[in-house]
Amino acid sequence: MHVVVILKQTFDTEEKIVLTDGKIVEDGVKFVINPYDEYAVEEALRLKEAHGGTVTVVSAGPERAAEALRTALAMGADEAVRIVTETIDTDEYGISRLLAAYLQTLSYDLILGGNFSVDNGAGQVAVRLAKLLSLPHVSSITELTVGGDRATVVRDAEGDAETLEVALPAVFTAQQGLNEPRYPSLPGIMKAKKKPFRELTLSDLGLNETDITPKTQRLGLTLPPARQAGKLLAGSPAEQAAELVRLLRSEAKVI
Amino acid sequence: MSKTYVVIVETKDGKLRQVSLEALHVANTLRGESDRLTAVLLGHQLDDAAAELSRHVVGQVLILDHAELHAYQPELAFEAVLQALAVLPEEPRLILLGHTAIGRDLAPQLAAQLNCGQISDVTSLTKDGDRAVFTRPLYAGKAFEQKELTDGTGIVTIRPNNFSPAAPAAAPGTLVPLEFTAPATLHTILKDVVRKVSGKVDLTEAKIVVSGGRGVKSADGFKVLEELADTLGGAVGASRGACDAGYCDYALQIGQTGKVVTPEIYIACGISGAIQHLAGMSQSRVIIAINKDPEAPIFKVADYGIVGDLFEIVPLLTEQFKEVLAERTS
Repeated sequence: MHVVVILKQTFDTEEKIVLTDGKIVEDGVKFVINPYDEYAVEEALRLKEAHGGTVTVVSAGPERAAEALRTALAMGADEAVRIVTETIDTDEYGISRLLAAYLQTLSYDLILGGNFSVDNGAGQVAVRLAKLLSLPHVSSITELTVGGDRATVVRDAEGDAETLEVALPAVFTAQQGLNEPRYPSLPGIMKAKKKPFRELTLSDLGLNETDITPKTQRLGLTLPPARQAGKLLAGSPAEQAAELVRLLRSEAKVI
Repeated sequence: MSKTYVVIVETKDGKLRQVSLEALHVANTLRGESDRLTAVLLGHQLDDAAAELSRHVVGQVLILDHAELHAYQPELAFEAVLQALAVLPEEPRLILLGHTAIGRDLAPQLAAQLNCGQISDVTSLTKDGDRAVFTRPLYAGKAFEQKELTDGTGIVTIRPNNFSPAAPAAAPGTLVPLEFTAPATLHTILKDVVRKVSGKVDLTEAKIVVSGGRGVKSADGFKVLEELADTLGGAVGASRGACDAGYCDYALQIGQTGKVVTPEIYIACGISGAIQHLAGMSQSRVIIAINKDPEAPIFKVADYGIVGDLFEIVPLLTEQFKEVLAERTS
């Protein structure tokens, strides 16, 4: 079985966002595999352990994204591919086309990704990719069982659980609860250094810049207004509760 | 030249979803006098929803009412929308959906099919003549970006609770039932749906969220939060700590991983306020924190704080609210 995982490197979720000259500051920031993509890596490794085969991890991203791919290799993935994006302007339209151009050259049984990235949070790329490759997909899955040429998955739909049967190859995106990702082991980290790691450029993929010209454009970045600490209520628990309800009615006017 | 704005409308338990009315409002804000508005309604047994929808739409309502569309299935819903778009005289300028479980899945399929841009999870917009600039969160709301569709055409999904719903239309829209032809081969078959949250207020659309953290101590501990949420007609949420500890389902998690909520009132019970949690709820209108630890970071963002035991405070609050609500209805 060949499982391909598409992943993105993101800021650790405990990082604060700082803007300088209208740009997000990356210096000193801790980067991680996007948490949802990490579930996808883990699930791919479990499939490999259960059915045999290989796991390929792919990321379209800047040079620093190589570190996330190496982490996935250290967790147990077999090979990594970085699609080089530092010289090009992209959005979800472009990224999905880059990934599709690469994946068209492969044969695989499943493509796994995260439900969304914790930075951009749009959740478009995996679903766009499925369409570009004319593959069925199910997003936001919390269970995956593969048997022969079909998979049975459970999709989280705003808390409801939908069970679907899907013909493979197919694309699935991971939701929290799918699994508990492993940490890379020390031997895993050592082995990762010798695993195949390729970098592909636009021309390697047979594309030129006009094929991925963004369809959306960022005009600005802002930070939300900082919230001010409000009132701490005093008195006995009963007095505090009564005071809160009173303030919500008379001051905040939300009840 | 007049253009077409399309809103893909969702129902839940046979009723229109609020976010779809909000999407109609956005479409009305963006479209010019001469532009057309078309709503697309998919599902099964839609008579009541269609009637209600027609009261809010100036234009036509395309209805795909078919047994196969009773529950959302990615392939079928995509096909249904394509069949609806096929009856339009031209490609729409903008397609709007709610940023919901369905919208998040359906919109990128359409964007790939139409080779267009998509702006997801929009929380506000400004209009400058023909040009629309959309604001959307990054890092779950730690930052915001202003974005436009480069040629003005594409797909936009809007976050629930951030726009007003469309006002009733002056003249009711025209209902246009369409035939739906299911594809001959389906690669995805929906086998079963377990309704875990049926009848409850959806977390992302709730006006009031009562949320619990590690301080709730057990799955059982969430019962007092549920009672408060039920009293207020709100929904229960949780921090990552509470979900990781197994107190509740990940579907309830609020934060940068999990859901982002923007209710009128957010009541954080036994939540310390990690940065990743704050990202998911800081845009709430009024934040209330109840925590034993006076140093908990949650107090730095709370409008009202109570230092104390949530198991003592929350039931008292439930009683107080019951009294207030009873007074109001009597």
